[in-house]
Amino acid sequence: MTALTMPDLPPSPSIDQVGVHERVARLASRSIKKDAKVHALKLALSMIDLTTLTGADTPGKVKQLCTKAKQLADPGLPGCDDLPHVGAVCVYPTMVPVAKRELEGTGIHLAAVATGFPTGQYPLPVRLEDTRRAVEAGADEIDMVISRGRFLAGDVAYVYDEIAQTKAACGPAHLKVILETGELSTYDNVRRASDLAMHAGADFIKTSTGTVSPAATPEVTLVMLQAIADFHRATGKVIGMKPAGGIKTAKQAIQYLVMVRETLGQHWLHPDRFRFGASSLANDVLMQIAKQASGSYQSGDYFSLD
Amino acid sequence: MTTSPTLNFDTDWSYAPAPETAAVDIADHYGLFIDGHFVDAKSGATFDTINPATEKELATVAEAADADVDAAVNAARSAYEKTWSKLPAADRGKYLFRIARLLQERAREFAVIESMDGGKPIRESRDVDVPLAAAHFFYYAGWADKLGYAFPGKDTPRPLGVCGQVIPWNFPLLMAAWKLAPALACGNTVVLKPAETTPLTALKLAELIRDAELPAGVVNILPGAGATGSAIVNHPGVDKVAFTGSTAVGKAIARSLASTDKKFTLELGGKAANLVFADAAIDQAVEGIVNGIFFNQGHVCCAGSRLLVEESIHDELIAKLQDRMQTLIVGDPLDKNTDIGAINSKPQLEKIEHYLKLGSDEGAEKWQPDSSLPDQGYFCKPTLFLHCAQSSSVVRDEIFGPVLAVQTFRTFDEAMTKANNTPYGLSGGVWTDKGAKVFKATAKVRAGVVWANTFNKFDPSSPFGGYKESGVGREGGLHGLKEYCALN
Repeated sequence: MTALTMPDLPPSPSIDQVGVHERVARLASRSIKKDAKVHALKLALSMIDLTTLTGADTPGKVKQLCTKAKQLADPGLPGCDDLPHVGAVCVYPTMVPVAKRELEGTGIHLAAVATGFPTGQYPLPVRLEDTRRAVEAGADEIDMVISRGRFLAGDVAYVYDEIAQTKAACGPAHLKVILETGELSTYDNVRRASDLAMHAGADFIKTSTGTVSPAATPEVTLVMLQAIADFHRATGKVIGMKPAGGIKTAKQAIQYLVMVRETLGQHWLHPDRFRFGASSLANDVLMQIAKQASGSYQSGDYFSLD
Repeated sequence: MTTSPTLNFDTDWSYAPAPETAAVDIADHYGLFIDGHFVDAKSGATFDTINPATEKELATVAEAADADVDAAVNAARSAYEKTWSKLPAADRGKYLFRIARLLQERAREFAVIESMDGGKPIRESRDVDVPLAAAHFFYYAGWADKLGYAFPGKDTPRPLGVCGQVIPWNFPLLMAAWKLAPALACGNTVVLKPAETTPLTALKLAELIRDAELPAGVVNILPGAGATGSAIVNHPGVDKVAFTGSTAVGKAIARSLASTDKKFTLELGGKAANLVFADAAIDQAVEGIVNGIFFNQGHVCCAGSRLLVEESIHDELIAKLQDRMQTLIVGDPLDKNTDIGAINSKPQLEKIEHYLKLGSDEGAEKWQPDSSLPDQGYFCKPTLFLHCAQSSSVVRDEIFGPVLAVQTFRTFDEAMTKANNTPYGLSGGVWTDKGAKVFKATAKVRAGVVWANTFNKFDPSSPFGGYKESGVGREGGLHGLKEYCALN
């Protein structure tokens, strides 16, 4: 293993915390109604990475999740006859083979967390092997974690290198780089880590593993979206964004989409460029779709819990 | 040259209309509020107030002339002598608290009417104008019975008498609150004239004051135009004049008051510089620039209408600002998603359009976003003028519209020189990540209010007012209280 040498990266702009919170508050005041709401809800569904990441996961559980990914709701429910499928199913590497069998030919992507998820506290060769095996088993998206300890200690070159090497280990698979923003403590750090990840080869940048609180917040997401916008302006490259953890309601999802729309515009309003890492979001979105179609809320029991 | 925006904000997901639907009660006709009653003008004169977003009439309003001003000043004098100045201070405070609470209870109604009559987006009238107006009444209500502690070393302040107050059309209710609250807290009575294009919320406030059972004559509201204002300012029974409006009118008032012993405060125009240094948090600075100039369609005396940006980040900043401006929604003021509402009146729109032409004619580069404007009503796209000279008209003159003049600077000293090279001095903004630079720059910008890494923030406890031709005296806080009382 040869360490790559980090090139001189342009400095990251400083981030004013108060200003970020004010901007988020203003974006959250957008009122999304009627057709615009239905459009947003269906878009949100298509962007979900339906996720199960527990030590108790079994092939049976993953199979159920994949079935849900293919058929989110009973097509007989109001407004549910023409639903998109989710963006991806996200599992641990050992569950990749079973998910691959279930998702074959559906167009649903298969994401595996790797590189010693969720802490990354393993030797780099082990983490790279973790990545290679997940890709060999059939994952076409890899969600890696960065070494937050090294980043906070100032060893950004190490973090650059581990991302670049993981990208190389991914081969054809897309790489999502989890910054674990809940451990980075400042928006300046979030911005710096975002820039580092994009320069090192990330296809997506992602907020959180879901195991650290706070997970995704609108504020860190805005900081990361602005980093993506700047990277695009500077290089022409299109990097995706994935907030993950803590997004449970349709209302939250719409607020995130408003942020994407007004920070990055049309090109990012697509599951290839924006994802929600969420396990319980789908049903709330489905209930809102049914409500928009029928005028009244359906019982939660009409929606499967997988 | 600036780079062209590379992001596409013309999305296939457009927001559906989200109108504010609160029902409001606007009468066909409003009279003058004199001595606790609504009465018609003695001459019978009226004028129409229209909704600038639809150009439709909202109500006819009585227009006060000399005889009505006389009646109002007399009512105010009598209320001053018989009741208000005699009342225990705590009771004056009670009335003010009551007004503040009633305003909060009826906040939605006031917000909707403010947006209908003046054209400002409901997001602003709901989140800024009305809450701040209530906050001013709360703040000064608290001072009413503590005046003896307000100015250490002085005797308990005495009221001045009858205050004549003339307010502008850009923040009709908020300016009424700024004027009324400190005057009443100190024990004065008031004759107030709202602007001729936006009289409705002041008249609704008169109804609210009546509902609050303030003694008759303590507050008198006289709609009208310039002649009405002049009659109030020059009435011999008025002890104190407070005016917010244009520098031209302010100068005329100062001239006419020069030979009298009336106290006065003037809050006039501005041409604030928003200074962005290369080390600023750039995305948040962009947001501050947008809030600084496009808040309330730029109808803000303290608007950040000049952008002075350090040369090395000019192109990057402008590209970001242009992207941000592509997402600004110009349209129906009552839609909750509207960012920029209607220009307040036809003459004001014509004035802005005059400057849009003049700026281009003088050689600045005009840029506007692709957004569309409604077919009806008075609307103007948010506009940048790039590469402006210090001598450009769009840099010199207060346009009072959504028009931002952009200049660059290389050194700190050049930034200060350009920022201060204006007859105005109401406000300013400094954007930098360096704390020391904040203090150095804010101390050098000659303006009454200088914001650091933010813009257009207001609080009742904070004084507001101008240097140079931006005004005389302060409003808000203890400074504002002092303008309404006699001290010895």
